[in-house]
Amino acid sequence: MAQAPVLPRGFELPLEPRLPRIGSVDQVAVEERAATLGKRSIKREAKLWALDLAIRTIDLTTLEGSDTPGKVAALCSKAVRPDPVDPSIPSVAAVCVYPNLVPVAVERLRGGAVKVASVATAFPSGQAPLDVKLAEVRDVVEAGADEVDMVIDRGAFLSGRYAKVYDEIVRVKEASGSAHLKVILETGELGTYDNVRRASLLAMAAGADFVKTSTGKLPSAATLPVALVMLEAIRDVYEETGRMVGMKPAGGIRNAKQAVQHLVLVHETLGPDWLTPDLYRLGASSLLNDVLLQIRKERTGAYQSPDYFTID
Amino acid sequence: MSRLPVRKTYKLFVGGAFPRSESGRTYEAEGQNVARASRKDVRDAVRAARGAFPKWASMTAYNRGQVLYRLAEMMEARHAELADLCSGASEVEQAIDRVVWYAGWADKLAQVLGSSNPVAGPYFNFTVPEPTGVVGVLCPEEPALLGLVTRLLPPLVGGNAVVAVASEARPLAAVELAEALATSDVPGGVVNILTGLKRELAPVLAAHMDVNALDLAGADGDVAELERAAAANVKRVVHGAADGQSPWEVLSFLELKTVWHPIGV
Repeated sequence: MAQAPVLPRGFELPLEPRLPRIGSVDQVAVEERAATLGKRSIKREAKLWALDLAIRTIDLTTLEGSDTPGKVAALCSKAVRPDPVDPSIPSVAAVCVYPNLVPVAVERLRGGAVKVASVATAFPSGQAPLDVKLAEVRDVVEAGADEVDMVIDRGAFLSGRYAKVYDEIVRVKEASGSAHLKVILETGELGTYDNVRRASLLAMAAGADFVKTSTGKLPSAATLPVALVMLEAIRDVYEETGRMVGMKPAGGIRNAKQAVQHLVLVHETLGPDWLTPDLYRLGASSLLNDVLLQIRKERTGAYQSPDYFTID
Repeated sequence: MSRLPVRKTYKLFVGGAFPRSESGRTYEAEGQNVARASRKDVRDAVRAARGAFPKWASMTAYNRGQVLYRLAEMMEARHAELADLCSGASEVEQAIDRVVWYAGWADKLAQVLGSSNPVAGPYFNFTVPEPTGVVGVLCPEEPALLGLVTRLLPPLVGGNAVVAVASEARPLAAVELAEALATSDVPGGVVNILTGLKRELAPVLAAHMDVNALDLAGADGDVAELERAAAANVKRVVHGAADGQSPWEVLSFLELKTVWHPIGV
């Protein structure tokens, strides 16, 4: 087993015997707190600031079986210049595509600030042999991906084989080299908040640069309470060790209001240091258009129509 | 023993439901406290209309006519209540007759307003009317019921979804009509009725980029300013008469689409 990065007391590995010590999550309290923070009223200048930040932290994603090089090229253009008529709108943080389309995205985004992220490790199920997963990771890094989004093996996690999950993350981290590693927990399949906390700490212990909620392939994805549980795990690691791990909620964030709620959650849990694309990402596809629409509404004062924004 | 009186709260009609104004405000009209809609209520109403529009527009014209006829039936059942809230029984009867009249037009509009055009070439060339989309209507102040029905039915029968701002001084008939609408098989969101101050709601509706046509029948104050705001997304602007009844009223809210189809292919 590889050497674990430094972790809070009680979080050292192997994890199994120590699981009771990482604490459990108070379901009622976490849902109540997430709901309360979700009700914060963010208006006018603060809203514009939040919407600008939301765009800068978006991982603009397309993960469809029907993705083509043409669609990815269009996505890349949109990532660089989200609103063709408004140069004051910043670029998004990254585009996120399937491994086969990484070369297209790399070609399109060469020389710019927008990064290329790719899902790997038998996304979205993660149910493939480790060799296959590692080969996929090496391939996407070789093709030029700056960031790798891996999925954990939920089957192993739910049957209590935490060491297998841990080892896989460590091996993938090695294989991804200098590329940033985001670890997808797929919280919709983990069942409980306790499991979400456990999986978050496990992923951080194994060397994740980011923890990410979901693949976006399940109906239940980046809910506010789940995001809060993960953010609190990140905070616990930071307070004990000083290590800053990033967070990426993904899946189900479709409108600007939800995005702002997530940003409020981060600000209240981890503070403004995390409100940067280096430590926070929003995985989304349709969110970007709604944010653009809300920005134009704030600036012009008139309610806007999706007719005047690109279809994607 | 005397009963506790059950008083009525006069609310908005948005998306098939009866919400209070999101602002919680009311204003006094006809001796009652009536919901005073805010710009966010306009936003919600337009969103509801936009959501309901595709289904209403794609219904067969015959089916739309049937649904509107049922609206007349529901108004007939509320004859007495409506009469109390407008100038009397004769206004209600006129309004009901007008609904029936427009209901009958639903499946005849394409024949009368559309055409088959003679062209120099091997083509069938025909023109068909299609609904414009979401229509904002500023209802006339008077007559309270007939004015509303007169401006509401033309966009409705053509397959548009409507956001109507009721008469400011006489809004109760509109609220009563909303209750008839809610039981009439008109899908929720196809008609949305807001009560409140026109000077507050009209500019928001006129500037809303997701509204495709605007009927200024009941606009007061700076009408030119409303027209200017409506130009931002090239809304169709109509100055409807408070008492018009004609298929040409419907045409104001229809787009005529012309198709060239090659013959013999």
